[in-house]
Amino acid sequence: MIPQEFNYSRPGTVQEAVDLLADHDAKVLAGGMSLIPLMKLRLSAPEHVVDLGRIPDLSRITENEGSLHLGALLTHHQVATSALVQEKCPLIAETAAHIGDAQVRNMGTLGGSAAHADPAADYPAALCALEAKVRLVRKDSERVVDIGDFFVDALTTAVEPEEIITELILPVEEAGTGVSYQKLRQPASGFAIVGVAARIRRDGGRIAMARVGVTGLAASAYRAAGVEALLEGSEGSQADVAGASAAVDEGIEAISDLHASSDYRRHVARVYTARAILAAL
Amino acid sequence: MKTQINVCINGQERTDEVESRLLLIHYLREVVGLKGPHIGCETSICGACTVALNGKTVKSCALLAVQADGQDIVTVEGLATDGQLHPVQEAFWNEHGLQCGFCTPGMLMTTRELIERNPDPTDEEIRHGLEGNLCRCTGYQHIVNAVKSAAAKVGG
Amino acid sequence: METTVTKKTERLIGKPIRRREDPRLITGTATYVEDIELPGMHYAAVVRSPHPAADIKGIDTRAAEQHPGVVAVYTGKDIDHLGAVPCGISLPDLRIPHHHLLAQDRVYYVGHPVAVVVAGDRYIAADAVDLVEVEYEPTDSVSEPEEALEAGAPAVHAEWPDNVAFTHHQEGGDIEKAFAEADVIVKERIVSQRLAPSAMEPRGTVASWNSGDETLTVYSSTQIPHILRTLMAGVLGLPEHKLRVIAPEVGGGFGSKCELYPEEALTAFIAMKIGKPVKWVLTRRDEFLATIHGRGHIDYYELAAKKDGTMLGLRVKIIQDVGSFHMLLTPAMPTLSVLMLPGLYRFKNVHADVVGVFTHRMATDLYRGAGRPEATHGIERMVEVLAAELKMDPVELRIKNFVPPSDFPYDTPMGVSYDSGNYKAILEKAVETVGYSQLRQEQQEARRQGRLMGIGIATYGEICAFGPSPALPTGGWESATVKIEPSGQVTVMTGVSPHGQGSQTTFSQIAADELGVDIDDIVVTHGDTSTVQHGVGTFGSRNTAVGGTALVLAIRELKEKIETYGAMLLESDDVTYGAGVCTCNKTGKTVTLGEIAMTSWTGPTYPANTQPGLVATNYWEPPNFAFPFGAHIVVSEVDPDTGEVAISRYLAVDDCGKVINPLLVDGQVHGGVAQGLGQALYEQVVYDDTGQLVTGEYMDYALPKAAMVPTIETDRTETPSPVNPLGVKGVGEAGTIAASPAVVNSVVDALSHLGVRHIDMPLTPEKIWKLVQQGGSA
Repeated sequence: MIPQEFNYSRPGTVQEAVDLLADHDAKVLAGGMSLIPLMKLRLSAPEHVVDLGRIPDLSRITENEGSLHLGALLTHHQVATSALVQEKCPLIAETAAHIGDAQVRNMGTLGGSAAHADPAADYPAALCALEAKVRLVRKDSERVVDIGDFFVDALTTAVEPEEIITELILPVEEAGTGVSYQKLRQPASGFAIVGVAARIRRDGGRIAMARVGVTGLAASAYRAAGVEALLEGSEGSQADVAGASAAVDEGIEAISDLHASSDYRRHVARVYTARAILAAL
Repeated sequence: MKTQINVCINGQERTDEVESRLLLIHYLREVVGLKGPHIGCETSICGACTVALNGKTVKSCALLAVQADGQDIVTVEGLATDGQLHPVQEAFWNEHGLQCGFCTPGMLMTTRELIERNPDPTDEEIRHGLEGNLCRCTGYQHIVNAVKSAAAKVGG
Repeated sequence: METTVTKKTERLIGKPIRRREDPRLITGTATYVEDIELPGMHYAAVVRSPHPAADIKGIDTRAAEQHPGVVAVYTGKDIDHLGAVPCGISLPDLRIPHHHLLAQDRVYYVGHPVAVVVAGDRYIAADAVDLVEVEYEPTDSVSEPEEALEAGAPAVHAEWPDNVAFTHHQEGGDIEKAFAEADVIVKERIVSQRLAPSAMEPRGTVASWNSGDETLTVYSSTQIPHILRTLMAGVLGLPEHKLRVIAPEVGGGFGSKCELYPEEALTAFIAMKIGKPVKWVLTRRDEFLATIHGRGHIDYYELAAKKDGTMLGLRVKIIQDVGSFHMLLTPAMPTLSVLMLPGLYRFKNVHADVVGVFTHRMATDLYRGAGRPEATHGIERMVEVLAAELKMDPVELRIKNFVPPSDFPYDTPMGVSYDSGNYKAILEKAVETVGYSQLRQEQQEARRQGRLMGIGIATYGEICAFGPSPALPTGGWESATVKIEPSGQVTVMTGVSPHGQGSQTTFSQIAADELGVDIDDIVVTHGDTSTVQHGVGTFGSRNTAVGGTALVLAIRELKEKIETYGAMLLESDDVTYGAGVCTCNKTGKTVTLGEIAMTSWTGPTYPANTQPGLVATNYWEPPNFAFPFGAHIVVSEVDPDTGEVAISRYLAVDDCGKVINPLLVDGQVHGGVAQGLGQALYEQVVYDDTGQLVTGEYMDYALPKAAMVPTIETDRTETPSPVNPLGVKGVGEAGTIAASPAVVNSVVDALSHLGVRHIDMPLTPEKIWKLVQQGGSA
């Protein structure tokens, strides 16, 4: 279980990194928690690896005009334990604490997880519920992609080979917004059989805003728009939540594997959607 | 492709030329000669290879040696100081927190960080905190006892 | 002469001594196989079949051979003159296919070794594996044993188209009469799924050939160094006395390292071929593919009883998934199950039919409990099914049918003799400790609230302390040599080969008490065929009961010699040895063990008819197995919305006979419980319809993590075994045997009011949720 040979570069700036990517057919290494095991199993065999691990700009946390900018190289541990993140965007902090284990959280990164787009990863549910934006930089340009356009399919995102993710832009939660991430763990890997992230804001006696992100159920994470529409405007009673949660798998092609059939995944998604919403309320 | 790396391992500086694909665990075990960290799997689940990188535990089988360039590494061999066992080692010994010992170096490293971050952990927090380390022998009960005992000693 | 031996009066047996093994293990200084470095080390890597069944049309090794750094590539034709991977079991109609070290013209399971590459660097060896081109022509495969038994199923071995590897029949009493007299007969199909033993240290071997002496040294991660030597010498055609096998630090085994694996012999073969030391260590993926699996039973049970609950007889058909080849003890696994079928119950009529089935999978063989967990799971499930049928309390039903304490030694209908026990007492202790009647009330209340709470009981008996030699192809004795060095320090060499059990500690306790010396003056060594007299090894909970007894008997023999020397030095014919000194009973004068030892080795004179030196060796053949027993109680709650199981309480009350070290006994119980609970809730080796292994990494094979195992409470009773002078029984497998039925019984109990009578393992949330759904609508 040894990677194939490759060339290695460790740029010190974003510009150096994107220059390297422009010139080489290279794979980007962030924390390596997904890439290195794949390389060891020889399921990935890049000729060139560009290690972003020493670009200080990519580990910043800044707040700017109602948005929280999280550098792509922030580790899960940093995201989970940052007082600023916990205060301004508690959903992403809570979700980060659910990922993998202590060692993986010390090394794995926000941008790396997003770019890998594992269908059972935890972050994507929260990123969907947060309507995150992803900043992608290449040699001569950059762009910001909505999360809805970012996750394309299992292990496939909108990131082009010459691009790197520099930051994720998340909303600073308005007062009165409750959040929760609930997951049924796959017992072996710790990934989500189904994971549901919810953000709910009440106004008066009614739900003014509902955002629900789902991972594990489909080939890629998604926002459960049907659930959100049913919740918004409702009183958020148990019956309202149960009714809305039943829509979580509408139009979704559910995954089936060794650990859960598609039918069971659909069912668990409904249960966990209700649990996440109730916990957020 | 070879790259020169400078690292500080258990307090000692050293420089080596390494292949870019050399895994940190193989660097530690075969270049440096530290056989404490073990290899129990290749998918970063078992945690037998756990070492501290700049004070944070990582799975050294999922890192390249080149990623550790310029960094500080502590392995199980670096836990005891001046012939004195670290309280975590002492606690695992007293509480029978190991049987075959293969997972133990990783367990000790994770425990050290766990009680640094949470000096008074509950059973549940301990069990959650050890999710990155598999043990097939102990059923974890004596390990949980050992972590508690170590936390009490370090905290008190 | 100054001696280092101190007088000791404190007894250590029964005390929770912290382990003497641990200092090396907690400081990273222990030496496992992969830690061994020898000058000029080369690395072997194995090319494995990606197909469950295929003809090999050709192997092109040229690209691999030409890869810089590669020293050699070997394929089937290079080793066809070597012996086969051995099977040590004989049964009347056992079919043993020739199991070459490397595949010849066909592969029989995914992971089957096809070629081996050797390089001076492990990274180059790994690269070269990818360069070996094997042309396969896949053929139909069969993965499920019941499918393999169907007419027209693909034949695993062409010469045996029915895929029957062996059959075995055993009966006792009169089963027809029992069933004719029954008021009630309950039936169930019960599966004990395939499991991966999954020692944390993967298997590995280092071999080093000395061409001058023509001697071979093999370091292997094994539980049976002496047996491995005999077997490997046979396979390689090497004189046995030219082969030295060393089991260094071994990182767990659980039965899976009681084999001669093809790769072990290949590593040795390569070292001899290239004249350089060779290291080979499995990856975890290969460990899942090519280390034996455990269990793999499909059992059909029928239990006959009177309506008052008196159990009359048991009829069982066992289908054992063998895999494609037998390993060392494969066919014995279900025959061990048969011996344990009656459990702790006194019914005398048992009828068992076993069929071993070839499938296109890795072989099954010993895994913690080895046949006995399957049987215990079966009878303990059937008792619950009967209790449900008769609407009797399962505790009451068990007590009604237990073998009573007055009946020991108790001859079972399967031909074994239970040594000692008090089954009612241990179940009552567990019931009282857990607060059983209170729990039943809580359960009623929970059900009123719509919660699914369950209380599961499992009692078990276990055949351990393996064992009398007629029961084992390897011999069932064990050995010990005790040597008092000239300084008075004590060296113990034991034939057992512990790998986590802590026998260096327990044996030191035994030796310290027997000799009356300080524990720090005792060293216990094991695992090296050149230094240890001979041995059988470690499996079947035999270390303390068999190896420990050999140690006691060797010391007792030695004490006579110590007294002979003491008598000479004290010039008395009336001396007694104890607590490190020999005392003249007339004068009260003393001489220390150190003084006696020095005299025994350096003279100048020796007692008449007495050889120099204080050394004694004992080979102890046990007259019987020992039979530990216990009662475990599990409280669980099922989430009705998702089927997830939460265990709120796990109580293990065990009787392993006399306890040498309670700390280590608890550790064995905890570890065993986690493995049985792993089987009950999480673990399964899964091959898909095409014969591919889908649980090939820890990403998919759910080994329990700390948060998946509950707090385990332990308690015990202590019924000495009459089989050995220590009174010990054994505890290595107890927890595993009890845990799977205890957990399953608890979850079935939680769902029993929905009409659920049985659930096969593992109890995945999905499986349980479906039953809740069906029960809810029924």
